[in-house]
Amino acid sequence: MNQLAEIISRNEDKIRAEWIDGMTRSVQRADLISKAELDEQCGALLGAIIAGVKSSAPTDVSAASWESARELLQSISASRARQGFSPVDVATFVLSLKQPLFASIRDTLKGSQDDEMFKTVWAATELLDRLALITTEAYMATREELITRQQQELLELSTPVVKLWDGILALPIIGTLDSSRTQMVMESLLQTVVATNSKYAIIDITGVPTVDTLVAQHLLKTITAARLMGAECIISGVRPQIAQTIVHLGINLEDVVTKAKLSDAFALALDRSGRTVTRKDGVRASANPISTLLEKREE
Amino acid sequence: MIVLKRDLQHLKNSNDMVLARQKVRQWATELRFSLVDQTKLVTAASELARNALEHGKGGVMILESLANGTKSGLRLVFEDQGPGIADIDLALKDGFTTGSGLGLGLGGSRRLVNEFSIESEVGKGTKVTAVRWR
Amino acid sequence: MERIPVLRMGSLLLVTIQVDMHDKLALQLQDDITQRISDFGSTGVLIDISSLEIVDSFIGRMLANIAAMSRVLGAEAVVVGMQPAVAITLVELGMSLPGVRTALSVEAGMELLMSAVAKAARGWEDDRPQT
Repeated sequence: MNQLAEIISRNEDKIRAEWIDGMTRSVQRADLISKAELDEQCGALLGAIIAGVKSSAPTDVSAASWESARELLQSISASRARQGFSPVDVATFVLSLKQPLFASIRDTLKGSQDDEMFKTVWAATELLDRLALITTEAYMATREELITRQQQELLELSTPVVKLWDGILALPIIGTLDSSRTQMVMESLLQTVVATNSKYAIIDITGVPTVDTLVAQHLLKTITAARLMGAECIISGVRPQIAQTIVHLGINLEDVVTKAKLSDAFALALDRSGRTVTRKDGVRASANPISTLLEKREE
Repeated sequence: MIVLKRDLQHLKNSNDMVLARQKVRQWATELRFSLVDQTKLVTAASELARNALEHGKGGVMILESLANGTKSGLRLVFEDQGPGIADIDLALKDGFTTGSGLGLGLGGSRRLVNEFSIESEVGKGTKVTAVRWR
Repeated sequence: MERIPVLRMGSLLLVTIQVDMHDKLALQLQDDITQRISDFGSTGVLIDISSLEIVDSFIGRMLANIAAMSRVLGAEAVVVGMQPAVAITLVELGMSLPGVRTALSVEAGMELLMSAVAKAARGWEDDRPQT
């Protein structure tokens, strides 16, 4: 095994130069990474590989002596994933090291017993295959992270929390409410409750197509969590069909305030928080309070 | 799936429970769980540790950080040599209790994690495994 | 043994829980609060849990107990500042703490206590026989 270590260290510069030259233009991606940076990365990786091969675990890449090589590969791979290299480019980056490495082995062991050359070449190929796999795994992990983050952002965008007035929030839910969406809704709503110190939250379900026992449970969870923090929820946007379903299913909404329209819910929240709506000419507005002037009642 | 790191916490008194919570919090933070998931993990650990301590007459909590492909997770195992649970299904129902308190420990904890399993034999002991993936 | 301080502010008691309590400390707190209500004739107890990062079923029961015991002793209790992650977890655990008043902040909690105490006082006066 020390043969391999010897061969690589003695021919380090030659191997590195041939490696970079051998990389086809598509793997090099001069548009994404400069020649100097590439040279640096290859140099660092080759150095780490030499250190690993010289150690007591020459081909076991999971051993401690290979940690710096692994970390190097993972960071190179992750940054390329982010930059937009294809997975083939990234794996080929490592695999293209085989050509110059085998060439050096052949040159050094020319004339020695066939077995010797074969064993060394085999060790080299095993090593590089394992390193390439590490690269691929790291690449995939980075892409998955990216996708997860985008999914998260999408979820957040689809449940905006709107401040209607001082201390009154509105949360219009569009689409079905499953358990993972509920978690998102709860987190988003409760964090906004704290940030804005809002005692009232109007959850509008006009955009929720069906309300069955499960959806009702999810809503109740959200309402209970808000109550534990000291905020009150009002459900609005209850359509006639929804009302019928709720009664038919025997869902108990006794402790929950529900309103058909968002405006009714808003009026209720204003009233509960000690506010009244008056017109500019002093006449108190009656039915729908969403009019021009709102005055906070003096305590 | 592989186990990356492993640690053990004895559960012999109520102080051990505080240590157990701190350890779980530390590991969950290192594994970069979200704040809500961290809270769920530590709370589940608190419930299950208390069960092992009070009903199981003391035991251990084993922490393991897991890697499954690109997913990372935290596994908690609570083992005791206590009286065991005769009817596991009943024990998992909310509100079930044999002693004082509301007995929400098991059923509630199950909802706080992704994977949950109980092995128990009357007279021998109980082993509860809970896993949360990131 | 360390104790969680129970401070007196007029007719109110103020408790700020900042540490991860072990069971004995929690039970000691319960005792201290009920004792103080009795000693001072307090009419309100405000428990600030805004620094509490974990509330498990034991602590949840403790809060419910404190609220119930206070009421029996003639005082109203309010729990303020529960963190969102804690609220979400408690609900998932299955605890809704029905008998416990809650508020978003210490200020909101004080307002709530004042009106709750006033209401309780009025109720008593209404029941008093005419003289």
